[in-house]
Amino acid sequence: MGLDRRTALKTLAAAGAAIAGAPGRAEAREPRRAPEDAVGLLYDATLCIGCKACVAACYEANFDEPPPGEMYYEAEDLSATCRNIIKEHVDGAAHSFMKMQCMHCVDPGCISACMLGALDKREYGIVTWDGDRCVGCRYCQVACPYNVPKFQWNDATPEIVKCELCSHRLAEGGIPACAEVCPREAVIYGRREELLAEAHRRLEADPERYEPKVFGETDGGGTQVLYLSAAGIPFTDLGLPELGDRSVAHTSETVQHTIYKGFVAPVVVYGVLGAVVWKTHRQHEVGEVEVEEEVHS
Amino acid sequence: MRMVHSPPQPIGGKILTRPFLVMSGLLAGALLLLVYRFIVGLGPVTGLSDGYPWGLWIAFDVVVGTALATGGYAVAILVYLLNNGKYHPLVRPALLTSALGYTLGAIGVIIDLGRYWNVPYLPIKFWEWNLNSVLLEVALCIMLYVAVLWIEVSPFLLQKWEKGGNERLARFSRAVLPPLKKAMPFIIALGLLLPTMHQSSLGSLMLLAGTKIHPLWYTPMLPALFLLSCIAMGYGVVVLEGMTSRTTFGRLRETPVQAGLTRAAMLVMGAYVVLRFGDVAFRGQLGLIAEITPMSALFWTEQALFVAALILLLRRREHYNRGHLFRAAGLMVLAGGLYRFSTFLIAFDPGPGWSYFPTIPEVLITVGLVSGEIMAYLVIIKKFPIIGGVKPAGWPSVVAPDARPAPARP
Repeated sequence: MGLDRRTALKTLAAAGAAIAGAPGRAEAREPRRAPEDAVGLLYDATLCIGCKACVAACYEANFDEPPPGEMYYEAEDLSATCRNIIKEHVDGAAHSFMKMQCMHCVDPGCISACMLGALDKREYGIVTWDGDRCVGCRYCQVACPYNVPKFQWNDATPEIVKCELCSHRLAEGGIPACAEVCPREAVIYGRREELLAEAHRRLEADPERYEPKVFGETDGGGTQVLYLSAAGIPFTDLGLPELGDRSVAHTSETVQHTIYKGFVAPVVVYGVLGAVVWKTHRQHEVGEVEVEEEVHS
Repeated sequence: MRMVHSPPQPIGGKILTRPFLVMSGLLAGALLLLVYRFIVGLGPVTGLSDGYPWGLWIAFDVVVGTALATGGYAVAILVYLLNNGKYHPLVRPALLTSALGYTLGAIGVIIDLGRYWNVPYLPIKFWEWNLNSVLLEVALCIMLYVAVLWIEVSPFLLQKWEKGGNERLARFSRAVLPPLKKAMPFIIALGLLLPTMHQSSLGSLMLLAGTKIHPLWYTPMLPALFLLSCIAMGYGVVVLEGMTSRTTFGRLRETPVQAGLTRAAMLVMGAYVVLRFGDVAFRGQLGLIAEITPMSALFWTEQALFVAALILLLRRREHYNRGHLFRAAGLMVLAGGLYRFSTFLIAFDPGPGWSYFPTIPEVLITVGLVSGEIMAYLVIIKKFPIIGGVKPAGWPSVVAPDARPAPARP
């Protein structure tokens, strides 16, 4: 007796229903929170005068070779030779500077993307890169809502380059170079919690001065680098995307873990498929050996 | 009509035909360019940038290419899962194209990877696996599936060697074939499971791209839409492949079988279109497809291709009309291909200031690699028993003269 189509489909449907109802180990996960010891930066655009001392200091602190070209400090965007940049926003009378570097997200898309954990939140919640675990797939670049990770396109042995919050300086008791050299304290370094409190203190003390929001408090699931913008200049004008409060990692992992149920689903499906194929295959084998098999169509 | 299977046989014929030589030229050119790519890095060869880190090689060679290679999967669903032996003659050619197509996809990934020397660690260093990474699942799954496909194809090659003149190969084949036969159902089951996983997950990959993907393409339904689109493409390719190889090599048609395949494809395409519109409506994005924008035009083009294929096939008797079938199959391949390509490239917008268009070397490398794939296919079907046929009872068997056993030499 062979296994007919109906039985096969019924078995599959039953297996599907069983999986759908099974308690998932890793279903819709909770939104992530910043680690206890999370550190970060607070950039206050109303204080920045665009001197780019931070751009120079960042380069000196993070690259061995001399800067590529005299016009280096005029770089327009982050690149494989630039981990921190000051941009200028001009729109009629509205004018603001904008500092950009890795945001060190609370729940980073790049980390969710990374196959062997080359990018990971290491000490103080800082997102760092480990070249021994990186295959250069650049999925982190696809996944970063801020387009931060950069790739050495003109190199046969390329690396991923991005701000790592001067973790090498932190290890020696220092602070990030950009925050150290800023003459106006437009960018300050500290524990995320304290920076957040400071940002809110400034908002309350002088509500006329600022856009009524701390960017990074919840945006895209939250970031460890926080921003204040001048009143009348929304964060989108500074080049920061509108992300909502959910991180992309949260969306992606919820969908994927709901389907896979901690890999129980594929195992169950494989078991059912194995049984069905084992039965049908035996019938077909008989047909294969015969030279001419009759088929009614 | 009473139909008869003829067993798969080597097609025979000259290998070094003119098209074959042209293709080897294209392949050689691609290999030279690849040497250059590995010396200077990706930048000088491709149009890729930090904004568009994935281009033609990923969107076409991998995301569209492996979907074109799901014929083996789509046919296996009919033959083994739905137990319909009618389609059995399609299994061998479909599996071969799948094995070659997935191998091409894997090569497409390797040449695209910046730090390819770390790839061997992927399947080995399981303690470093990031189990949240959709790409990890896709990568491991595709690696395993390439192996599964070649194991599925291997009996077709071994069966020839078993009877061939080379004593070593014959002994090897005789030793390997029996255990392989026993294990085959479980390998076939893997061959059904793995594409279900990675073809849907290829869609899930773009969930992380978030706001960079146009809202008409960004949906939690990405995995379902990617799975449906690849199955539709798989059936389309099998129909096209069957028809063209029959035309090219003068073998008999398999139209009744292909008509059946087409009906399966219609179900899949219908499900796709319903899900696509349902999803857009559910997410409240109907307004976006009502406006006239380049992206809504792209959306409608994609749907029109699917619907056109469906309309061509609405009347049952058209399923036996070769021209109709051919056009419908072509449309489903185009429709699925366009959807997948759009999701990865056209609907992907990293923000102002970034643009991507493939460079000539990038295109030439893809063209060369595809040529290599076709060359391998031609050699294998000419030398090994892959293609069989279904013919009306009483018709003579059609095999190229030099594929018949050569007369014994004195």
